[in-house]
Amino acid sequence: MLFASGCQSVREQRTTISFWGMGTEGERVKVLIPEFERTHPNIHVVVQQIPWTAAHEKLLTAYAGESTPDVCQLGNTWLPEFTMLKALEPLEPFLRQSSLVTLNDFFDGVLKTNIIDSTLYGIPWYVDTRVLFYRRDLLQAAGWSQPPKTWAEMMRLCASMKEQAKARGIKCYPLFLPTNEWVPAIALGMQAGGELLRQNKTLGNFSGPNFRKAFTLMADIYRNDYSPSGMQLIINLYNSFSDGLVAMYITGPWNIGEFSQRIAPDVRDKWMTAPLPSMDSTWPGASLPLGTSLVIFRQSRHKKEAAQLIEFLASREQSLAFYKITGNLPPRKSAWTDTSLANNRYIQAFYQQLQRLTPLPQVPEWEQIVIKLQLYVEHIATNTMTVDEALRRFDSDTDRMLEKRRWLVETGKIR
Amino acid sequence: MSTEKSYRRIVDRTAAAWLFLSPSLAAIAVFFVVPVLSALVMSFTDFDIYALGDLSVVRFIGFENYRRIFELPIFWSALRNTFYFVLVGGPLSVAVSLGTALMVNAKLTRFKPLFRTIFFLPVVTSLVAVAVVWRYLYHPAHGILNYLLSFAGIAPIDWLGNPAIAMPAIIVLAVWKGFGYNMLIFIAGLQNIPDELYEAAHMDGANAWRQFVDITLPMLTPTSVFVVMITIIGYFQLFAEPYVMTQGGPLNSTMSIVLLMYEQGFRWWNMGFAAAIAFVLFVVILIFTLLQMALQRRMQ
Repeated sequence: MLFASGCQSVREQRTTISFWGMGTEGERVKVLIPEFERTHPNIHVVVQQIPWTAAHEKLLTAYAGESTPDVCQLGNTWLPEFTMLKALEPLEPFLRQSSLVTLNDFFDGVLKTNIIDSTLYGIPWYVDTRVLFYRRDLLQAAGWSQPPKTWAEMMRLCASMKEQAKARGIKCYPLFLPTNEWVPAIALGMQAGGELLRQNKTLGNFSGPNFRKAFTLMADIYRNDYSPSGMQLIINLYNSFSDGLVAMYITGPWNIGEFSQRIAPDVRDKWMTAPLPSMDSTWPGASLPLGTSLVIFRQSRHKKEAAQLIEFLASREQSLAFYKITGNLPPRKSAWTDTSLANNRYIQAFYQQLQRLTPLPQVPEWEQIVIKLQLYVEHIATNTMTVDEALRRFDSDTDRMLEKRRWLVETGKIR
Repeated sequence: MSTEKSYRRIVDRTAAAWLFLSPSLAAIAVFFVVPVLSALVMSFTDFDIYALGDLSVVRFIGFENYRRIFELPIFWSALRNTFYFVLVGGPLSVAVSLGTALMVNAKLTRFKPLFRTIFFLPVVTSLVAVAVVWRYLYHPAHGILNYLLSFAGIAPIDWLGNPAIAMPAIIVLAVWKGFGYNMLIFIAGLQNIPDELYEAAHMDGANAWRQFVDITLPMLTPTSVFVVMITIIGYFQLFAEPYVMTQGGPLNSTMSIVLLMYEQGFRWWNMGFAAAIAFVLFVVILIFTLLQMALQRRMQ
């Protein structure tokens, strides 16, 4: 330890920690750092921005090359993979006495994604889930003063909207369900119940009766032309939503900002958000706990300082500041009483939805599996495969991707 | 006596040659031979994300990776896309290079060094920077390309978003980026053709086209062989353009073998599988090059 002589500045004894932020967040978080450095004069933070498209490979190569940052923003679904690599530091010891971070203030479903084998590896930074965006006026015209609460209601609504449009000779897709997104398919599958992966998450369970229910529903939506089955049909979602070509769309919080800006002026106050419909009668239907967390890498040599940065960023105050500059939703329930959120009518649906989340299977292969799923969604959308065939193939693809995990579990190398 | 002396001189000279070569040989061994051999070994293992965390879980699986490559539908689309790029882009690039070389080298052309420099500029600029700029040129709403086309009454084209057009768009960029290099080599080849041949042909009454077909092309054969071979080998390794501009999309229409290999290797860390893809690509290039050489020999 070096003791500073009188004239040496504080600057020279500061500990420098590195923080990798992804995409827009990595850029905007820089605004919050001066306040942290002011309240923590002994710590200097270097923020590096990593584009999302290159983030995963960058992190893996950094891990392989032992050049990981101290603190990093990590997608919730990536945590199992980096935990398996033993790349992350358990956080509980650092945050146990924290007054700023109280774990029961986080939305339960989101916090759970950060706990792997009952160890906490990440602190939620912002949450993301999917809700229903809809045109209130169009639903009302079809005789619905409330958005559908079950999928059966949803199908009835779609049918009547489609019929009315046909009578008037116009084109209409009541529910836009993009074929290049896995989230709606998985959310539906989770709602239908049952595990997506079976036998200690070593085999696909998609052709089982539960997920089949979800996929059959989606196939019905495409076959009745309730949703366009190709991406080319909806070139600009915001235009299509303004024109009434699309009346409902399942999407995330970033679209609140986009819709407010990009929807045509005459329909600007005619859209609304609602929690997802449900497979059964328990509304709202479950959605997925997405978003990102803050983690400390095990190789970090400044874990104490790193934990202080996480503690700062995850505080109620800073998560609200972050919401104001990015539109990303705070993961802490107490933050939602702030007027900036409480007075935003589009955000209430997200608050309701965040109470009803189902955790995703925690396996390192998850990302590869869901990317594969998109292919089969496309197949049933374009009717090039039956639901049975698509799910059977998806299961066998999943089994193959999980082959190594199966072997490791069978030989007792992992639990 | 004298034979022994000259023999010793040869030995000395051989030793000296080895001495001079040794730095580069050492570099080749360390940075090429060793990695290639370890990649070959790796291609027979299931080295993956689990192995990154714990080396003891690597298994030798023989030819399993190779078998799985051929089962993978996306490999076949990547192979098809790569061949599309090589077979359309390669000849186009060579033709453009030859055309510009002829023009720049023509007797009537003025400011030759200026044109040579301008045409060569794209070659020395960073490919990633160029691809980023071209992404703006290709932008469906704000790109200058669509703006210019609008004067001709052509509706906006989604250059990189339309599966049928994305690959041609990438070919145009690649040709523009690379033709200057081959152009320089062609110019050197053209300058080696003796003027007397053209003078004699002129006296015999041969027009410009006949001169081109019967003098320029045959005299350029060694240059052309080199240019075509290097271009084809380079084009087989298509990577940076789709990586920066399209990420292999839309609908995998610009997914190339090397991009697939990169995704498997670095995105998913399926290193064993990615190494196997690398060797499959090596064999494809080898076969293609051998075919080309055989064809060349028969034509001569």
